[in-house]
Amino acid sequence: MADNELIWRIAGGSGDGIASTSQNFAKALMRAGLHVFTHRHYPSRIRGGHTYVEVRASADPVKSRGDGYNFLLALGDSFARNPQDEAYYGNEEIKPLSENLDELREGGVIIYDEGLVDTDDIPDFDERVEENDWHVYPLDLRGLAREQGREVMRNTAGVGATCAITGIKLEWIEELMRDAMPEKILEPNLEILETAYDSVQEEYDTDAPDIDLPEGEHDEDQLLMSGSDAIAYGAIDEGCRFIAGYPMTPWTEVFTIMSKNLPELGGISEQVEDEIAAAALAIGASHAGAKAMSGSSGGGFALMGEPLGLAEMTETPLVLIEAMRAGPSTGMPTKPEQADLEHVLYTSQGDSQRVVFAPGTVQEAYDHARKAFEVAYDYQIPTIVLYDQKLSGELTNVPESHFDRDPNPGMGKTLTEAELEDQPHTDDGQFHRFQHDVEDGVTPRSVPGQKGGRYLATGNEHNPAGHIAEAPDNRIAQMDRRSQKLAAIRENLDSDSLLSEHGPDEADYGILTFGSQQGTVEEAVDRLNDGGTSVKLLTVGELMPYPREQVAEFIESVDEVLVVEMNASAQFRGLTQKELGQYGEKLSSLLKYNGNPFEPREIVEGFETNIVAGEGDSPDHQTKFVPPAEDAGASAAGD
Amino acid sequence: MSAFSAIGEEREIDREEYTPAIEPQPTWCPGCGDFGVLKSLKQALPEVGRSPDETLLVTGIGCSGKLNSYLDSYGFHTIHGRSLPVARAAKLANPDLEVIAAGGDGDGYGIGGNHFMHTARENHDMTYIVFNNEIFGLTKGQTSPTSPKGHKSKTQPHGSAKTPIRPLSLSLTSGASFVARTAAVNPNQARDILAQAMEHDGFAHIDFLTQCPTWNKDARQYVPYTDINESDDYDFDPTDRAEAQRLMRETEDKLYEGEVLTGVYYREDDRPSYGQEKRDIGEMPDEALAERYFDDDYEWERSYDMFIDKHK
Repeated sequence: MADNELIWRIAGGSGDGIASTSQNFAKALMRAGLHVFTHRHYPSRIRGGHTYVEVRASADPVKSRGDGYNFLLALGDSFARNPQDEAYYGNEEIKPLSENLDELREGGVIIYDEGLVDTDDIPDFDERVEENDWHVYPLDLRGLAREQGREVMRNTAGVGATCAITGIKLEWIEELMRDAMPEKILEPNLEILETAYDSVQEEYDTDAPDIDLPEGEHDEDQLLMSGSDAIAYGAIDEGCRFIAGYPMTPWTEVFTIMSKNLPELGGISEQVEDEIAAAALAIGASHAGAKAMSGSSGGGFALMGEPLGLAEMTETPLVLIEAMRAGPSTGMPTKPEQADLEHVLYTSQGDSQRVVFAPGTVQEAYDHARKAFEVAYDYQIPTIVLYDQKLSGELTNVPESHFDRDPNPGMGKTLTEAELEDQPHTDDGQFHRFQHDVEDGVTPRSVPGQKGGRYLATGNEHNPAGHIAEAPDNRIAQMDRRSQKLAAIRENLDSDSLLSEHGPDEADYGILTFGSQQGTVEEAVDRLNDGGTSVKLLTVGELMPYPREQVAEFIESVDEVLVVEMNASAQFRGLTQKELGQYGEKLSSLLKYNGNPFEPREIVEGFETNIVAGEGDSPDHQTKFVPPAEDAGASAAGD
Repeated sequence: MSAFSAIGEEREIDREEYTPAIEPQPTWCPGCGDFGVLKSLKQALPEVGRSPDETLLVTGIGCSGKLNSYLDSYGFHTIHGRSLPVARAAKLANPDLEVIAAGGDGDGYGIGGNHFMHTARENHDMTYIVFNNEIFGLTKGQTSPTSPKGHKSKTQPHGSAKTPIRPLSLSLTSGASFVARTAAVNPNQARDILAQAMEHDGFAHIDFLTQCPTWNKDARQYVPYTDINESDDYDFDPTDRAEAQRLMRETEDKLYEGEVLTGVYYREDDRPSYGQEKRDIGEMPDEALAERYFDDDYEWERSYDMFIDKHK
């Protein structure tokens, strides 16, 4: 193999230990000095089904899944259903091998469990092997595992075999297993690892495939982390000690990490009856003086629409996480998509306002979570961290030093009792919590239990003391003051830190994207430039308030812009046109919504065929090109 | 030192402290039962020694939600049906507060029914007052979850085909550790029951019959009423769950036959509140979480020191 990278795909059924095995594998390679990136594909199913995790490892930084892959460990699905004539699912047992062949690169390696998979059941298997110059290692992984007493250890046997072929040192894996496994299962696992390693070494020519593990070295200590880990740690470092939630994939990850860690920090986690309650609890805790959060994925977030508006109207600081997955409705629960953008930007009645961040990397997930708390508590406004199944589940190595930060438990303009004394009150002592004329529209708050701080928080329009009031002058004053907060955030927030540029300073073309696509598009941009196409990238991490100036400047600086996003209706492009009011003729879209994240080559090809050559999509593409259209405002102005 | 000096302050509290000068007079209709709730609450709070600054009253939407406007305390007038989740989180964040939630029968038994069930189940240490007038008042007289079967309204022009909900039975089954019914026409009993509810360490649910003279003219004024704890006709032990269950069912049926039974139906005093249960398993701090944010000496933990190692 000419590639200077290993992309190892471990495939089996849910319940076959794919996730834990791949995580250990990735960490072992990270410890060995390599850059790693994982990509996970799994069905919404407890047992069985087509599941795989890819571990991409290289000496150079990797920030995306790759183009296809070059090493398959097909375990066989031990929870497969029995094939039946009418059933749509066919022979599930062989799928870990058969379903993964299309993306395996030429010259790639296949290890499969001949204890479970019979290649006679796979059409044209031998022909395809020959055609693609694949190196095939049939091993009775199940048999090996049975000898050690536990069938699930097939995955460890497969890792041992992988090491024998790729040259990964067994001790790297062994060290990790010692860290991660309880004593009882450690010994048999070590045993099977070695047995598999030895048997491959003895029986096969392990030098046949042209796959050598790259050698690398990190400049500083690294951590293997997902976007969900990083969001949770960001929240903790901002002093968040209260979370309420209801399980929903993929939001559950942040909820789980927080629930596990909060008791140790003297915090509180609440799993509640539904997402309306979850958001309402976060509001209640925040109102009573804790830093609090909630979150969900699209369906659960829909239920939070009304509490979200309540937080905005009562100016209760609130941080919500929205972990997108493919919709509409239940959609594809375990598949990534970026189609909740408009849902998150605009849900809840009235002229409601919120701030929306969209991290593009694991480091940004940490940074944006912190920023979300900072803004929510400084401006008393709901903030949302919008990410997705892709960033939530991808593991990658990040420098440890990024997380070595000071905590910030600050609550903005929250008053102490002493400070409350100098604040305006009604004659009988009700605190003017909602004053009309204040800097940046932010009016100081008290907390229940404080002497001299009592006021009424209400979702109704209200006067300075919080009492329900519908007088026109007060209405205008309160609306304008609340709106002023978003304007102040636009003014004061360091937008540049929420934007990420990549590629040459000057370029003919531009690509615009948001959130979790960042890494993949960056890789595509590098390749396009290497291939002679002059293109630069802007990834937007702040969606509300939208960084109008910076994006307009970017669009102005190039001839044409391709907007890359994972949804079917080009929502981010629509947002950009709405916010900027022009450039419609310069913006086209590359969309993907088949449930799998973009591969870098799809963006490279999409760009070359559609933008550079001006041809349409090729029929076998799983992506969709949408050409430029006039701005809505432009045609209206022409009438 | 506590950042919340209003809490636990020893002083005489005058019931007039609860009347907001900014809005002293309610806008409820003349003869409305809601006046009875307000009055008995203003009496019960000083009785249990809770001042306006240490009380958080959380309401839903409807005529009942206006209670916040007429009772001077910390208040959170939330959205329809959601007073309970807001209230119980406030209590978790600061257990030293006196937390009272209130709403109507549509708010609590209809749109917020799920929260009612779960808050009762979890036994949060708070008082929940449901203004039960068997009708939607503020939206002008639609059939509610407690309206009798056959009740005609603009949204049920042929009469409701639904059997009314059984609020007391539902509360008990869900797990409330204090369940009572009182009526606006009986202010002394109401005050007593409210005071008991606030002092009860757990979820105390009061179904408060509040006559609606405007939209529910057909309904009784809830007189005469019988206090089951006082009446010689009822020899009954409110700590006996089976007896409570039977009597609740009888009470719910009789209301629609024109006989009003009230009183404390059930109390379970030895069951730990939810906060206590959480503290016992190490999932809640001993000191109120809200205090920490005002404590300049608190050493805030960093994820870097606590959790990073497992990612190495």
